[in-house]
Amino acid sequence: MRRARWVSWLIMAICTVYFATPLLCTFEFSLRLKRGEYSFAAYENVFKDSRFQETFLYSTVLSAATIVFGTLLVVPTAYWVQLRLPRLRPVVEFLTLMPLVIPAIILVFGYVRIYNSSSILPMTSASWSTDMLLGCSYITLALPYMYRAIDTGLQSIDVKTLTEAAESLGAKWPSILFGVILPNLRVAIVSSAFLTFATVIGEFTMASLLDRPAFGPYLQLIGASRAYEPSALAVITFLITWGCMGVIQLLGRGRRGSVSASAY
Amino acid sequence: MTPLPAETVPPSRSLAAPAAPISFAWLGVAPFFVFAVLFLVLPTLHLVVGAFQDADGNFTLRNLANLFQPQIVASFWVTIKISMISAVGGAVIGFLLAYAGVMGGLPRWVRPVLMTFSGVAPNFAGIPLAFAFLATLGRTGLVTALLFSVFGFKLYDTGFSITTFWGLILAYLYFQIPLMVLILVPALDGLKKEWREASDILGGNGWHFWRHVAIPILWPSLVGTTLLLFANAFGAVATAYGLTGSGINLVTIMLFAQIRGDVLHDQNLGYAISLGMVVITVLSNLAYIVLRARTRRFQ
Repeated sequence: MRRARWVSWLIMAICTVYFATPLLCTFEFSLRLKRGEYSFAAYENVFKDSRFQETFLYSTVLSAATIVFGTLLVVPTAYWVQLRLPRLRPVVEFLTLMPLVIPAIILVFGYVRIYNSSSILPMTSASWSTDMLLGCSYITLALPYMYRAIDTGLQSIDVKTLTEAAESLGAKWPSILFGVILPNLRVAIVSSAFLTFATVIGEFTMASLLDRPAFGPYLQLIGASRAYEPSALAVITFLITWGCMGVIQLLGRGRRGSVSASAY
Repeated sequence: MTPLPAETVPPSRSLAAPAAPISFAWLGVAPFFVFAVLFLVLPTLHLVVGAFQDADGNFTLRNLANLFQPQIVASFWVTIKISMISAVGGAVIGFLLAYAGVMGGLPRWVRPVLMTFSGVAPNFAGIPLAFAFLATLGRTGLVTALLFSVFGFKLYDTGFSITTFWGLILAYLYFQIPLMVLILVPALDGLKKEWREASDILGGNGWHFWRHVAIPILWPSLVGTTLLLFANAFGAVATAYGLTGSGINLVTIMLFAQIRGDVLHDQNLGYAISLGMVVITVLSNLAYIVLRARTRRFQ
């Protein structure tokens, strides 16, 4: 047993070095903009850059829209599948897992072809409708996590009793859904929201192929043209990711319906 | 990066469906189905059908035959190699790490730290991950510089570059290893204490236990997860694009260029490439699901 513990420490140490080194190096590199001293000048440059502000705002707004509309799409579906239409469960599950099986680049290729300016539904012909299309593609990216988090959340509350209680008090279905079911799913919804934000904020492939001014393509542009700012941006994105996942861990502690436990 | 298929949720408690207000229920799920058809089913079908059509919409197998030109075969092959090496490497290292963290006799605080980090790291992928590895092992990266100033070792004289084959694999491992840990820890938890005790009572040692009990139980889950990591790397675009630009002829990078500007000068060949990719990711995901079901029978 002694030998086994020694081996465990060794494995742990090697992996710690592998995972910590890039983070430390990136941070160190991001401080090197001014010759001969460490400074936060690269961060200042990033925050002052109007394109940073614009693209970051764009991606934040888009991810908020993704979270709101994704939740509105998923909650009623999961609710009715669980309560009234259990036969549909396999179909719905299959569809929500599709985005994990079909690579994002394939889906966006399909969108570009189907919704081009000469089609029946020309979503790529104006910038506002392309924004909508990008929002929809982000909902597909988030769908697997959202659906599982919300479905698990629904299973941990007694949907049937809650619904019957609300009905016997005279509630109609909109007030059941928004007044009774949604508040009970707070934890599931908030954790899937943060995971969605962490995924969407730096997303590159879809935003770039739909040619939208999002944060992901901006990152790539800076990477190709600057030396130290990319490291500062990597540190910033890492802190955002870490922050989002930290919130999820705190919320999900000891409760069912946390995303990290149910998504995989 | 693309995250992954999940386990199947247990069937819900069967709720007797009252017959009357069923129309509301159908109305409630209708938006989801419309959405799924528009943004999941139709786009995929469009590409699959397009792969079997010529420019005028007539049925043809020529696009599929055209896949076998050397440039395209080479890009599929290099993508498969990178995905496979990063998947197997991620699986082996992830297994060792999960074992060390969960069963290795380490202090109790190690496990939650390992699990939290494994939850975060797979989300730190794409362009920022590429930046991190460039700052570390790029030509002016810190580790490259330290290797030279401390050991006098010129890393880039060995032919290594972070923007080539092995560099990309090194970067992919950053999300593959934690993903393996995340999926495998529950499986390791499923190994019952009684099995180890039974093996010990019968005179077995650690090797016997792993060789005859643990590995036979775990192997479907090990192989399945490896396939999942494979599919995960196969569909990835952003990390490779950020790290190498179009330096490595990955099939996703080629498709990216094709969507942007029809570099192949053949729309339908683009569809055929998509079909090839979908076939590969669907097969590895199916195998994952089948293998996963096999593991469940023991637990």
